[in-house]
Amino acid sequence: MKKTLVMGKIFAALAVMFLMSTLVALPIFAAGKEITIKGSTTVLPIAQIAAEVYMDRNPDVDISVQGGGSGVGIASLIDKTTDIANSSRKIKNKEVEKAKSIGVDPFETVVAMDGIAVIVHPSNIKNYLTKQQIKDIYTGKTSNWSQIGGKDMRIVIISRDTSSGTFEAFENLAIDKERVRPDALTTASNQAVVQTVGQTPGAIGYAGLGYLSRKVKTVSVDGVKCTRETIVDGSYPLARPLYMYTNNAPAGEIKAFIDFVLSEEGQRLVEEEGFVGIR
Amino acid sequence: MTRFRENLYKWIFTILAFASLVFLVGIILTLLKEAFPIFAEIKLFKFLLGSQWYPTYEPPDFGILPLILASVLVTFGAMVVAVPIGVGSALYIHELAGETQRAFLKPIIEILAGIPSIVFGFFGMVIVAPFLQKLLGIPTGLNAFTASLVLGIMATPTVCSISEDALSFVPRSFREASLALGANRWQTLMRVVAPAAGSGISTAIILGIGRAVGETMTVLMVAGGAAVIPKSIFDPVRPMTSTIAAEMGEAVMGSPHYSALFAIALILFLITLVINIIAEIISRRYRLKLGLGR
Repeated sequence: MKKTLVMGKIFAALAVMFLMSTLVALPIFAAGKEITIKGSTTVLPIAQIAAEVYMDRNPDVDISVQGGGSGVGIASLIDKTTDIANSSRKIKNKEVEKAKSIGVDPFETVVAMDGIAVIVHPSNIKNYLTKQQIKDIYTGKTSNWSQIGGKDMRIVIISRDTSSGTFEAFENLAIDKERVRPDALTTASNQAVVQTVGQTPGAIGYAGLGYLSRKVKTVSVDGVKCTRETIVDGSYPLARPLYMYTNNAPAGEIKAFIDFVLSEEGQRLVEEEGFVGIR
Repeated sequence: MTRFRENLYKWIFTILAFASLVFLVGIILTLLKEAFPIFAEIKLFKFLLGSQWYPTYEPPDFGILPLILASVLVTFGAMVVAVPIGVGSALYIHELAGETQRAFLKPIIEILAGIPSIVFGFFGMVIVAPFLQKLLGIPTGLNAFTASLVLGIMATPTVCSISEDALSFVPRSFREASLALGANRWQTLMRVVAPAAGSGISTAIILGIGRAVGETMTVLMVAGGAAVIPKSIFDPVRPMTSTIAAEMGEAVMGSPHYSALFAIALILFLITLVINIIAEIISRRYRLKLGLGR
């Protein structure tokens, strides 16, 4: 009897402590607005830096930014598990239909311009590829670098998985929606592509302009290098807009954040991350 | 008052115990329900034996043979690594190690078991893959071989612990009888103790297989992700688990792609179920054989 009394008291004490800690934690959740942003790994750096600066200025706002790919972002927008969907491709008609059928109305805002650069290992002697060569490589017609003037080495194709907006954009712009050869390696993000290409001598891959680094060598496409200027003047063939989608036109805190991204300061951050502003 | 409290405890614990059953049944029903629609679009055999996996193209192709073969190849490769090291370590720790050696070998193996799979995956992708690529001169280090290697290391603690348990279950009398008849320690170990623990060691291996088949994060990062029937162990592959992980996020709910992924999950579930049932049957048979009853 005495033992159960003591245990009962301990249990009661623990329960009270737990309840109190929950009550203390609640204000942290209740006060302040939350914005969830999910989607494209290409747009991710923009969203992250903008979120950081915005949260500095507005301490009562809490913004969480995640990747996952454009497909994941848009699917989350439709499922209402995110406020803003980052996307490096336009929303598909099927997705719009699905959204509207459950009461979600996707609203598109272009926040930046981006170029998809084609990258190879630094030891690769090729500096220049034509769009046709890129297409032949990715669809499986060309398998060895020596067939297009490079070293005698098997081409290791690095691609992205299907949730990637970069992949979809590349599919549209570079390979005219044909099927990528089945033995292409798939990776989860722009960063992973750069990492893998940088470590694999025979590799070819594609990544957003903002991810280029000394680890890889960028080749020009049809004679045009992937730079800010060529994206702005439209001469680089693999350029595309970057989007943020919201449910209905943005309102409240979401509108304030997107306005910030579109503002002069926000666009300066966009350029700092290596993308092209839209002003 | 006491009778009431006793009954109350009984009911609380009954509910908790049956909670697992509820979860399991829930999972099975969900898998069946969500996977079912894909079989209206494509026959079961074409799904299982089709060799093209292009779920997002128009028209889509849902053949999962490359994925199944990839899982089989990677799991088999993992066992080639895990069984010798795992069973060997178990034999060593059980019979041949001194007290001090045992005192630090066992914890090391437990620690290995506790390392999160993402750490293995990261390590495999950033360190092991480029190293193997340079060492072996292969086009890429992200392939079935590397995945097998890393998975094998991950499955080793499972195989080792359960084998060790099996060995310790063998009655001391077996060992003592063998030594009394003049056999040396090595002969006793290899000819008497190990065979007696044979079924238990088989169980360990089978559970190791179960572990390897279900591993997702590591193969997602290390196996290469190419949905193609592997021609060599150095080809990049895409096991079933990494397919689901990579594509689930963007498959629109209710679409054929979504159902196809659930169908893959269902098949994976059935494989692990069969593996566990076999392990249970063998383990039960071995306990009866050794006279341990039940």
